[in-house]
Amino acid sequence: MAGELSLSRARLEAPFVRKVEELSGQNPYACYQCGKCAAGCLFAEHMDLLPNQVIRLLQLGDEAVLQAKAPWVCASCLACTVRCPKGVDIARIMEALRQMALRQGLSPVQFHLDREYPQIALVGAYRKVTP
Amino acid sequence: MERILYFPGCALKDQARGYEEASLAALAKLGYEVKELPRWNCCGTVYSLAQDELMRHVGPVRNLIRAQEEGADEILTLCSMCYNTLRRSARFVEDPESLRRINAFMDDEPDYRGGVEVVHLVQFLEEIGVEKLARAVVRPLHGLRLAAYYGCTLLRPKEVAVDHPDRPEILERLVSTLGAEPVLFPERVECCGAYLTVPRPDIVRERVGEILRSAGLAGAQALLTACPLCKFNLEERRPLGAPRIPVFYVGEALAWALGVREIPAEIGKLLSTGVTG
Repeated sequence: MAGELSLSRARLEAPFVRKVEELSGQNPYACYQCGKCAAGCLFAEHMDLLPNQVIRLLQLGDEAVLQAKAPWVCASCLACTVRCPKGVDIARIMEALRQMALRQGLSPVQFHLDREYPQIALVGAYRKVTP
Repeated sequence: MERILYFPGCALKDQARGYEEASLAALAKLGYEVKELPRWNCCGTVYSLAQDELMRHVGPVRNLIRAQEEGADEILTLCSMCYNTLRRSARFVEDPESLRRINAFMDDEPDYRGGVEVVHLVQFLEEIGVEKLARAVVRPLHGLRLAAYYGCTLLRPKEVAVDHPDRPEILERLVSTLGAEPVLFPERVECCGAYLTVPRPDIVRERVGEILRSAGLAGAQALLTACPLCKFNLEERRPLGAPRIPVFYVGEALAWALGVREIPAEIGKLLSTGVTG
């Protein structure tokens, strides 16, 4: 992330970004970094990267975004999605990043199963960590 | 009597049983014969946001096929999460190619032909109209300051929103029609943390604290929800020190006002008439 930054076409076309675009159906380059998604995100304070920073790293082709914890804190509430002035469905980008990790067998999520939950919570939570 | 087909979902048969019973009693009072969808299955709870997960639509579409077999063009939902997943899947298969692929995949089922609409109770009541509903109210909830907590799934994404995603009024209209005083509060359209209640109960506890404090500051005496997961979180993840505001389902308040369910004592004592039962 830090250090020299080269905006080259080769970097912009990083295969992993293509994969994010394919899985999310979204164009991260449409984002102009207004920060409205981060401003309205109820979970941003628990994220290591703000939602707009996640998009920015995608724009720059920076693979550090694949290690981010932010997508796992996202609750898919879609507040960012309905408010984005560029029509970027940010929640779908977060889902794509989760899916890319899950499909490699990675899941940084730990469930607290020492207590009782209604089905609606368990099914919802498990579906979010199922590749 | 007009017949409507109803999709319950898991919560309505378990922790939200009271929501189902109250809603069905109220709909009967309003002149509707409610028939439960035969052989319904799980809605999927959360809608898949990935483009390549056709399989996640199989469950919802199976339910639409059940409705098609009943000759219905509409199914009613009470749970806002069921509403969201079913309605979005119904939208997904409006695309002919998606519909073709899903029908090809489900070779054990008759083809889904499309055209079944998924409606939520609050939309159904809105369609009935304020006048007809007001006429059916026998125990107006005068004096009760009732705050609608919309949460996420009734409002987002836009294509399935029951009203404006940031400035909804549909539930406030209902609250007024039932005779109570609607209370607006900043957190009414914000997420409670939903399924994060399993991996991150700490975050949900913070969210619930914000929501309850926001509603409390606005003077809410009770909260109204259509989501069994919101209700679970609001009750079970309330942090110490946050106001204790009772949470009820939309169908429950409706049933009190229509006189088909007893008004709980904690609500009865808040009514200006002081009437309970």
